[in-house]
Order: sequence, then C-alpha cells, then structure tokens
Amino acid sequence: MSTLRGRVHRYGDNVNTDVIIPARYLNSSDVSELASHCMEDIDADFVSKVKPGDIIVGGENFGCGSSREHAPLAIKGAGVSCVIAGSFARIFFRNAINVGLPVLVCAQAAAEAKSGDEMAADLTSGRIDNVTQSKSYQAEPFPQFLQEIISAGGLVEYTKKRLTA
Amino acid sequence: MGMTITEKILAAHSGHGKVHPGQFIMSKLDLMLGNDITAPIAIIEFSKIGAPRVADPARVVLVADHSTPNKDIKSAEQCRLMREFSLQQGVEHFFDVGRGGVEHALLPEEGLVAPGECIIGADSHTCTYGALGAFASGVGSTDLAAAMATGECWLRVPESIKVVYRGKLKPWVGGKDLILCTIGQIGVSGATYQALEFCGETIGSLPMADRFTMCNMAIEAGGKNGIIAPDAVTDEYMRSVTERPYRKLTSDSGAKYVRTIEIDASKIDLQVSTPHLPENAKPVSAVRDVTIDQSVIGSCTNGRIEDLRIAAKILKGRQVHSRVRLIVIPATQRVHLQAIREGLAEIFLEAGGALSTPTCGPCLGGHMGILAKGERAVATTNRNFVGRMGHPESEVYLAGPAVAAASAILGRIASPEELS
Repeated sequence: MSTLRGRVHRYGDNVNTDVIIPARYLNSSDVSELASHCMEDIDADFVSKVKPGDIIVGGENFGCGSSREHAPLAIKGAGVSCVIAGSFARIFFRNAINVGLPVLVCAQAAAEAKSGDEMAADLTSGRIDNVTQSKSYQAEPFPQFLQEIISAGGLVEYTKKRLTA
Repeated sequence: MGMTITEKILAAHSGHGKVHPGQFIMSKLDLMLGNDITAPIAIIEFSKIGAPRVADPARVVLVADHSTPNKDIKSAEQCRLMREFSLQQGVEHFFDVGRGGVEHALLPEEGLVAPGECIIGADSHTCTYGALGAFASGVGSTDLAAAMATGECWLRVPESIKVVYRGKLKPWVGGKDLILCTIGQIGVSGATYQALEFCGETIGSLPMADRFTMCNMAIEAGGKNGIIAPDAVTDEYMRSVTERPYRKLTSDSGAKYVRTIEIDASKIDLQVSTPHLPENAKPVSAVRDVTIDQSVIGSCTNGRIEDLRIAAKILKGRQVHSRVRLIVIPATQRVHLQAIREGLAEIFLEAGGALSTPTCGPCLGGHMGILAKGERAVATTNRNFVGRMGHPESEVYLAGPAVAAASAILGRIASPEELS
C-alpha cells in the first residue's frame, strides 16, 4: 500500500459517532450525502476545509457510541486518507477495517499532532511522520487476522474469497 | 485454567475446546440483527458479496424501529428496502410498525434470544441480551452483511472485567443507577474491547428488566459485551417467553479476569449522568437545581413495563410541570398494550404527558421529541453526547424512570423523595 499524506484535522478524546455523523442524516445510506455532513456537530467548517488525503487525528476512544457504519463511510467519503488516534472504540475500529478506512493506533503521534500539520503514514510499515514537526513514530501493528481482511480490501472481498474457496 | 462465561460461549460457537483473550475466532451465530438505519447498508453490502441467499433466514431479525413510524420519505425508503429484502430472502422475523418495537426490548420478549447463545447485531446496544447469559455484541452493517452470507462473524475473544455488587438497594434505586454509577467509576472507555461480567448478591436479587438495563449500557463503558450468569430469575423469564431449550453456562471459579471491581450497592443513590458523557454520573442531589424542558421515558434501556410502572406510580394523581414536555414511549407493542390494560396509559395522559407508539425516535435525535438550541432534557435513554437529542447546543441528562418522572413533575432534576 502507498504512503498516505495530508493535513491534520485534530480533535480531542471520545470523538463519538453522533458528532462524526449526526443521526438526523442517517435516513440516507448515500456516502457522498453522509460525507457532506461529516464532523458537522464538532467542527462545522470541516467539510469546507477538508482536502483529499487529509488525516483526522483523535485522542483516546475515537469513534465511541453507536454502531453506525455511516461514521467511517462519511469520513472516507469526505476524502480523509486515514485516522490516527491514541485508541479507538471497538465497533468503529472493526467498521473501519471492514469498509477499508485505514486506522492507526499511535498515542504519541496523536498527542503531538496539531491541526494544520502535514503528516504521512505508511500502512505497510506502520511508520507515521509528522512532516511539519520533523518527527517520526511507529503505529501499533495489526494482528495477523486483521491484516488478512485489510489486504483483501475489506470484509466484503474477504468474505467473497471465503465463500468461493 | 478455567474459563469465563463469555469465553465458554465463544469456545462452543467456534469449534474450539478452549479460547483465550486476544484470540481471533470465526464464531457461529445463533442470531443476527439489523434495523432500519443499519440494515439498508448491510443489504447493499450483502449484494456485493454475491451470495444468492441468506445462509439461514430463520437466524436473521430485522426491526423497523429507529425512524419509525417513517418520519420522512428517506426513512420510508430505508424501511421499504428492508421489507422487500425480508420478503425476497424469506426472513420471517421482520418486525414492522405495529408488530414490533424497539429491538432490544423486543427480541427477548419474542423469545428470540436465550442463555448460552451467540448473537451479533448491527446496533451498539445489542449487548443488552447478555442479561440472559448470552454473548451479544454490537457490530456494523458490513459485519451483518457477511454474517447473513456465512452465518458467522469474526471476533476477538475479550478479556473479562468482573464487577461484584453487594448489599441491598435503597428505595427507587435500580439497574440504571447501578450501571450509571459503574460507568462513572470506570469511564466511557474503561471496558473497551472487554467483557463486563456483572455478579454478586445484588445482581442475584435484581429483576430481569434491571439486568437488561445494565447490560444494555455495557457499550457506554466501551465494553464488547455485558453478561450476567443465568439463574432462577433468568429461568422464570425464559419460561414466560419461550419453550425452547437453552444452555446455562457460568464462569469457572478459576476463570481469569483482568480486573475485579467491588461495589457496595447499598450506598448507591439515584444517579444522573450530566452532559456530555455517560461517565459523568452523580447522585441526583448534586444536580437538583437543573431545570428541564423535556422528560423522555422509554428506549431500549428503560422502556419496559417495569419502567413504566415506576413512572406511573410517581405520576399518579400529579401533573407534569407547566414548562415541561413529558414523552412516554413504551418500548414494544406488547408493553404499550400492557400499559393500557394496567391503566398506566391513563395516568400518563391525565398527568399531561404524551404517550407514543414504540420508536427509538428521540433517543438518537431522530424524531418524536427533538430539542431546540439551549433546551435540556432528562431521559431514561443511554447517551448524552453533544447533539444526541437534537440541537448541538441542547443537553441530555441520563437517569432512571423514577428521576425522569419526578423531574417532569417538579420541572427540575429531582428525586421522587422530594415529592410530598
């Protein structure tokens, strides 16, 4: 996989799925429509300032709350290349893996990043660079099992392979 | 080394004699669930997988409960997709308006979940069924899609936290207060990726409704599942809903826990969690100056008949405060009917409350009680995140039915003890 690179949008701890995509928009499953309301209740300007490749950085427990897959889909649909956080809530984490939104766990990189920093992440090695601050970090590696889902391209492709194997 | 009840259920469903925390397994599923928000995406992803049929339609449950009765055209389309899929795939457990209710109150009542079973649901509060001694966990839509295609789901075996409650509860104190207090102690990520096993003498004498409330909110501490070992209370409940056999498992005495928390339940007061996290739990006396605009009694957390009985006991012969809107939402069609038969409906209506057909509605800020900017609600629901019930500058205070009813009368957050 290639290196991801973009500007940081930095948020705090416990960024929940209600602020990532408020429930008032869950009457749609359309990714571009969901993306147009991404982060609306925590950062009203997010949609206007996000650029393809940008990186969302959160603190602890990113994605806590509901099971709505609309949350990682909205983030992915907004053009965000990956989410880096100190830790992730479990349903958000598995949804991100399943839908192919790269997520990286690295508490130090998350803590030291500031909005506007340019960061790069190499999904294969787990290396994270904060280009602006000239710092490098190492994300926690994925367990073997999850790597298989990720390298298949998500759970749909993984399941296809299982069913035809 | 012994196993916990969670490990035993996962071992039995994955073809392993033993499993250990951290192990990744493919678990066979007894039941999989989706609703009108999560199922539409699952149906789209299911078609991408290319499996012609659902592996076992009898194990699929689809419930139209979140934006129902359809709040707008888009919601109606979501429900229609689910309805058509159910018909096409032979999913008999499709619960539509007027025949179902809020999923996590509905499934136990229908006898669809039982001790020892392994259940996933594309809804975070699926963990509710752990109250029966089942493994139940919330997942996303793509997980549901893959589960419908294969009958299985990938899981990481969780570590377990044991929470032991001792002592007799104070008057009006119930499962909601126990779980809010517990989340207050361990925090909203205190059990992330882990199982929360509730036990101790207090749990032993706790009614099934309160047990559902507790396990329902395991996710609010980040938990993968909440679980209570089945006992005589569980048996009595199961006998009332189904005749099918089930497997009662309990944790071994040598089972390993990452943490054991001891809680003196006799000291717990009625609890309120202040905005904007469920972990902000405080005794009701600490927030009694907070005025409210709305009180919501319902949801998968506290919309059962037992909750409505508590609220009705307090509201009987009293009036809802002139500045407050009280919205009572029985969680299921059966609960609604029972509330009418027992005369609870009359009490709510005579008190000046609004009584709604079952829906998740206001709990997630969908419809049926949305808050304006600056408004404040006390609710028996499960989340008080920013904007959860409406405007991003509105507020939700979480509590049990006793506090929600007393607050509706006094116009501020209150304990029923304050009523003359």
